[in-house]
Amino acid sequence: MEIYLDNSATTRVCDEAVRAVNDALTVNYGNPGAVHSKGNAAKNIIAGAKKDVAAVLGVMPDEIYFSHSGTLANNTALFGAAMARKKTGNRIITTSLEHPSVSGCMDALERQGFEVIRLMPGNNGSFSPEELMGALNSKTVLVSAMLVNNETGAINPVEYIKPAVRRAGAPALIHVDAIQGFGKLPFKPGRIGVDLVTMSGHKLHAPKGVGALYIRKGVNIKNHIYGGGQESGLFSGTENVPGIAGFGAAVRALPDIKSALNAAQQKKELLLKLFEDDPRITVNSPENGLPYIVNMSVSGIPSQVLINFLSEQNIYVSAGSACKKGHRSEVLTRLGLPGERIDSAIRVSMSRYTTEEELKIFAQAVNEACRRLRSKK
Amino acid sequence: MKEIILLKDGELALKGLNRSTFEDILIRNIKERLKGLGEFRFVKSQSTVTVEPENDEIDLDEAVRRIKKVFGIVGISRAAVCEKDINEITRVSADYLADELTFAKTFKVKAKRSDKKFPFDSPAICDEVGGAILSRFRHLKVDVRDPDVTVTVEVRDRFAYVHGTQLRGAGGMPSGTGGRACVLISGGIDSPVAAYMMAKRGVKLTAVHFASPPYTSELAEEKVHELLGKVSEYSGRVNLFTVRFTEIQEAIRDFCPEEMFTVTMRRIMMKTATRIAEWQGCDALITGESLGQVASQTINALKCTDECAGLPVFRPVIGMDKNEIVSVSREIDAFDISIRPYEDCCTVFTPRHPRTRPTPEYAREIEALIPEEDRLIDEAVKTAKLKIIEAFG
Repeated sequence: MEIYLDNSATTRVCDEAVRAVNDALTVNYGNPGAVHSKGNAAKNIIAGAKKDVAAVLGVMPDEIYFSHSGTLANNTALFGAAMARKKTGNRIITTSLEHPSVSGCMDALERQGFEVIRLMPGNNGSFSPEELMGALNSKTVLVSAMLVNNETGAINPVEYIKPAVRRAGAPALIHVDAIQGFGKLPFKPGRIGVDLVTMSGHKLHAPKGVGALYIRKGVNIKNHIYGGGQESGLFSGTENVPGIAGFGAAVRALPDIKSALNAAQQKKELLLKLFEDDPRITVNSPENGLPYIVNMSVSGIPSQVLINFLSEQNIYVSAGSACKKGHRSEVLTRLGLPGERIDSAIRVSMSRYTTEEELKIFAQAVNEACRRLRSKK
Repeated sequence: MKEIILLKDGELALKGLNRSTFEDILIRNIKERLKGLGEFRFVKSQSTVTVEPENDEIDLDEAVRRIKKVFGIVGISRAAVCEKDINEITRVSADYLADELTFAKTFKVKAKRSDKKFPFDSPAICDEVGGAILSRFRHLKVDVRDPDVTVTVEVRDRFAYVHGTQLRGAGGMPSGTGGRACVLISGGIDSPVAAYMMAKRGVKLTAVHFASPPYTSELAEEKVHELLGKVSEYSGRVNLFTVRFTEIQEAIRDFCPEEMFTVTMRRIMMKTATRIAEWQGCDALITGESLGQVASQTINALKCTDECAGLPVFRPVIGMDKNEIVSVSREIDAFDISIRPYEDCCTVFTPRHPRTRPTPEYAREIEALIPEEDRLIDEAVKTAKLKIIEAFG
């Protein structure tokens, strides 16, 4: 039996999505740009998937654009927004815990002359609205924050961004990287005044190679990819129709978000309870974070060693970071954790398919690891 | 136009009566390395090996790329074959080397006439060919000291051959003429270089890698496979044995003082490697140790580990600086693989303050603290996994 607890890295594709992908690969395989009925069928698949994604966000289907990855959608959103608003100001505000597909863009925009302000997180791993308020000025053209942190599960108070921007009189567009939270948290960008939202299919049981960008109607961003003009010119390149079909099907197959969230909360509580009396375990995730993600440190065992040990038993977790030797997790470092805790951190990320039984087996395996793998006698 | 490859075997010329055997081994190695590219014919004469493709479909660029990594060859020339007729020779020279000559400023012609019945002697061939080239490539000047292109014409028994500037071969001795040895390979920078250097002296390679899962990851093992893949482009096939070292390392951790972890581990590695080496018919061990580089590579530590090897230990990088080792590593394209950041078994349970001047007596005493050491080694040898590494399968 395998126990897959690395669902924040990627997920197993659900059966509904597999069927949809298969159909788009073998039956409706036309090019959506073609003007015959085979092409039209493919175009309809995309249109259907847009409806599905839009429904989750509570927005209109024509506000959804499919990209070839979440990273590409983030790049397009950030560069597109910054370039479109360049004339009105020069300041960009983001947080210091963003995923590389956002922080990398921010570094590049900084080199291009933008003034980038990175909000430091509080103890709970999320930014404070007060600090955001202090950083905003009338020259701020873009605010970008992740909905859920990929390493700790911390949830950012993104609903405070719009009121703060309005109060500061800033001409800023608001971007939320929702790759880890989409489909898992109730999140309605239209209602809270968010202009741009990034999503990715493979984090919720769709195949890899497909992302999506929500752009609020009326918002224009600059295009920086040239080609056949697909997805209104934002993501030129023949659409990944099988991926999009899978994305749509996976979204359709999502259970009710609130009840799934409750179930996840119970699983998280079980997991914490399993380690409750164990002094070797410390939890790095905030109490009120996304319950699917539990980051914890196992005292005395380096992350990679524990990952190897669990992997031998077909239990898959990840380190909080890319676990490069000498490269500590920046997220955990910024949260001010002691070095020993960072070096022994693992991230357990569950899906709606994770069972209590699996969590119990995982806990036993960690206990076994503690017994065998202590680093020094 | 028919093309062939001419190979000059350098050091082989020194080997007197053994020479024919050495050349046969060289040809066998080239054959093995060209596997999958098509059929070739091999002819040896006058310290030259001629490699003739049997048909025009064969990718000679790839063949030359592979031959450049075969030890025992000092020079490689790709040559056009032509009839032994002076007009034919001049025409082919200008045609075949047109690309090189177009972009050169200066050239010279060198002629060798092993068929003394050919009516033109060497200076006369040079005159004819040089004249023809000058009249076709009017921008060229003759420079006999340091030309951009040297046009070589060789008139041999059956045909004449024309080739441009000779490429440098890998040098060294043909693989297999130096016996077989067993390299202890970690996945770092030094041991693949050591393996390469001994292979260059004609040694065939067996390799032993010590893995300590779960302390070391699968990725570290794959890294070793890739490194040996690079080495095997030069050395030919390598038999890799991956030894599970976890239980031994745990025993060292549990029973030995921390300051002696590394030396004790190295001693047991030597013993284990010797067992596998002897069983594989190896007559020596090879390590990537460089004097003083780390605590286990001081002269005293080496004295402690050396006594555990039942075979001579070759340490070709013992006197090299790290940057010298790195430059060889880059040359064989191994460096970027070596620096991938996975733990290997040498960095598991690294002592904070290792003893740099252990004595063999003390090391023996410490090693004796491990209960059932022989059984652990037996088990490690018995469960070693074999993987054949071949660069061009």
